[in-house]
Amino acid sequence: MAERRYRSASGAPLALRCRQHSASCRELAVRCPRLQLRSLSAVTSAVWLAAYGLFVLCENSVVLSAAIFLMLIGLIIYLHCVKIDQESLLVIGSLGIQLTSSYASGKESTTFIEMSQVKDVVINEAIHMQKVIYYLCILLRDPQDPQGVSEVVPLFQVSVTE
Amino acid sequence: MVLKVFFPSCCSSAESGILIGRWISEQNSAVILAVVHFPFIPVQVKHYLREVQQVTKVSVSVLGSWNNSKQEKEESLSEFLEDLGTIFSHEPWIQISKEGDSKFWNCSTLQKQSDIHREEEIILVYYDQRKVMLSHLHPPLDTADHGAEDASKLSAIFNTVANSKVLFMTDRYDDGPIKMTHWQSDGIEASIIVELMKQASVPACMLLTFLLSLVSGVCNSRVLKFWPLSFLWSKLSTCEQLGHRLQHLQVISSSKKAQNQTQLMRKANIFVSLLIDVALGILLMSWLYRKNQIGHLADTLIPVADHVAEELQDLLQWLMGAPAGLKMNRALDQVLGRFFLYHIHLWISYIHLMSPFIEMILWYVGLSACLGLTVALCILSDIIALLTFHIYCFYVYGARLYCLKIYGLSSLWRLFRGKKWNVLRQRVDSCSYDLDQLFIGTLLFTILLFLLPTTALYYLVFTLLRLLVVIVQGLIHLLVDLINSVPLYSIILRFCRSYRLAAGVKFRVLEQQDGKPLRLLMQINPLSYGNVVQTYRLPTYSCYPKDSWTSLCKKLFLGELIYPWKHKGEKQE
Repeated sequence: MAERRYRSASGAPLALRCRQHSASCRELAVRCPRLQLRSLSAVTSAVWLAAYGLFVLCENSVVLSAAIFLMLIGLIIYLHCVKIDQESLLVIGSLGIQLTSSYASGKESTTFIEMSQVKDVVINEAIHMQKVIYYLCILLRDPQDPQGVSEVVPLFQVSVTE
Repeated sequence: MVLKVFFPSCCSSAESGILIGRWISEQNSAVILAVVHFPFIPVQVKHYLREVQQVTKVSVSVLGSWNNSKQEKEESLSEFLEDLGTIFSHEPWIQISKEGDSKFWNCSTLQKQSDIHREEEIILVYYDQRKVMLSHLHPPLDTADHGAEDASKLSAIFNTVANSKVLFMTDRYDDGPIKMTHWQSDGIEASIIVELMKQASVPACMLLTFLLSLVSGVCNSRVLKFWPLSFLWSKLSTCEQLGHRLQHLQVISSSKKAQNQTQLMRKANIFVSLLIDVALGILLMSWLYRKNQIGHLADTLIPVADHVAEELQDLLQWLMGAPAGLKMNRALDQVLGRFFLYHIHLWISYIHLMSPFIEMILWYVGLSACLGLTVALCILSDIIALLTFHIYCFYVYGARLYCLKIYGLSSLWRLFRGKKWNVLRQRVDSCSYDLDQLFIGTLLFTILLFLLPTTALYYLVFTLLRLLVVIVQGLIHLLVDLINSVPLYSIILRFCRSYRLAAGVKFRVLEQQDGKPLRLLMQINPLSYGNVVQTYRLPTYSCYPKDSWTSLCKKLFLGELIYPWKHKGEKQE
């Protein structure tokens, strides 16, 4: 249950939590920083200022209601599909690896990779903007060709790049 | 290797007994299917298991013992349970015991033959028997190719549970020699309506097949294969859509049983999409015929066509003057303008000739909406194509003229540089021209170059008009394609019974105690909607433009005719 603090590639604070459920089952969870009130209010005020500017120019109140709708829908989409709160990795010995990313709205998307599919786990490097970042990824076995790799699954994707 | 015990969650309150299920040695895991209660006669159990094996082709065996003690621990029973292991020999012998209402069970294995007593870790995985039995893993395994299933995968567990369906279908009130606990179906659902429909579906399908064979026989007859007619059929989108629907009906009414899940889903999807299509079509028809909407439609259609022609005339007049302040070649401008104006004049007289019959035609055409909304939409697309035939003609004339000029200019430009196109070698060679040739060529080049803006303007205006019509038709075709291809049944199934279409599994770690085995809950991870649509999308006949945007622009620039859809209704008249 130890929680350790790190920084992501862009400098945002991250919290890593390890839990040992049993000898063969262990869970690693990376928590991303939550949605800041500061940035939320900044975006809201920016949208509203723009809407008021347009309203003054064209004197049509449709602009204001459109701004409300845009703001609401944008926020819902952001919370439900974009903003990831926590990413966790559940490793169950001889059964498989489960990746879970939970969104800010509570939605969870899960993928389970069977142990027989896992070929290897490697640390890869990639060029992101102007720097080189390192990330962990799982190589999946190709069912047709035992030597080949069918897919590369990056782990803790958002936590690394955010 | 860790020992995994897949335990059905419905058996957690079963009385003491023995566990039966399948042992998958590749994964070192045991899939428990049912609990046989005390008392039983071992010979009868063995006999029963043999019968089950024959029916289900799953190697079901006794895997261990299950002890659910409500009161204090009974010493004698635990010894007795160990002794059971000698009667039903299985390696390893799994012993699970539950005390009172405790959530944490004791789980141990007994290895008789092996001398080394190693402490194996055990994971208890709970699963919902019903959901696992009914779900289908995606992507579907093509078992026909492999023959035997791959036992090292999780799908082996799904197959085991699904194949032993017979085990669960036994009647709960049927007093057999063996009492078991497993997921119990409530008997086969039966209602009079469903039974009647099942009975009626067979003759209905036969009748449908007969009618379809008649229709397709007529369609394939020699009379309709002659040149002008076959050409007409291939260009009318209505005919394409009708042919597509005919194929669908043939698939549905065929007496062959669907071999696998994919085909079954395909049939169901086609059926639902056909139903929805016809329902929408009948809705449209009821709206059309209620307050004489057809008459209103016909009354507005002719003025609209007239209006379009008038607008075109105005446009041509504008082009014949000095459009947007451009100075054109006056003589060529006048010739082109008069040519197009005469065409429009012809068109208007044609429309006026047609106008008395339009309402009647529309009335009969409207009846075809009962064949489905898609058919009605295709007819609409064809009518648009027919009514904007003059625009198509203008476009073709403009494009041909422009194309001629562009090609002439490019070849003369080569002459200008002392080169020529070698047809045999498909390349540009250098060539020495005479003085006369050069003189004439340069003269022609100049004339063509100075006449190009006039033609280009006409070409541009008519291409824009043509693109407008094509976009409207394209939207209609997109709608038709959408209705044709959306797998509605799969989407509804995913929405209502999300476990039926499984993308995989997910595990949840349940709370645990030290010294007790790890407990996991296996849940079914449903397929995402995008994947459902991707997997079960019905194939359509319509092909999207194959050329990319750049090649399209290149074609437009060179004046080649663009055909965005293979099936277009503009060419016939």
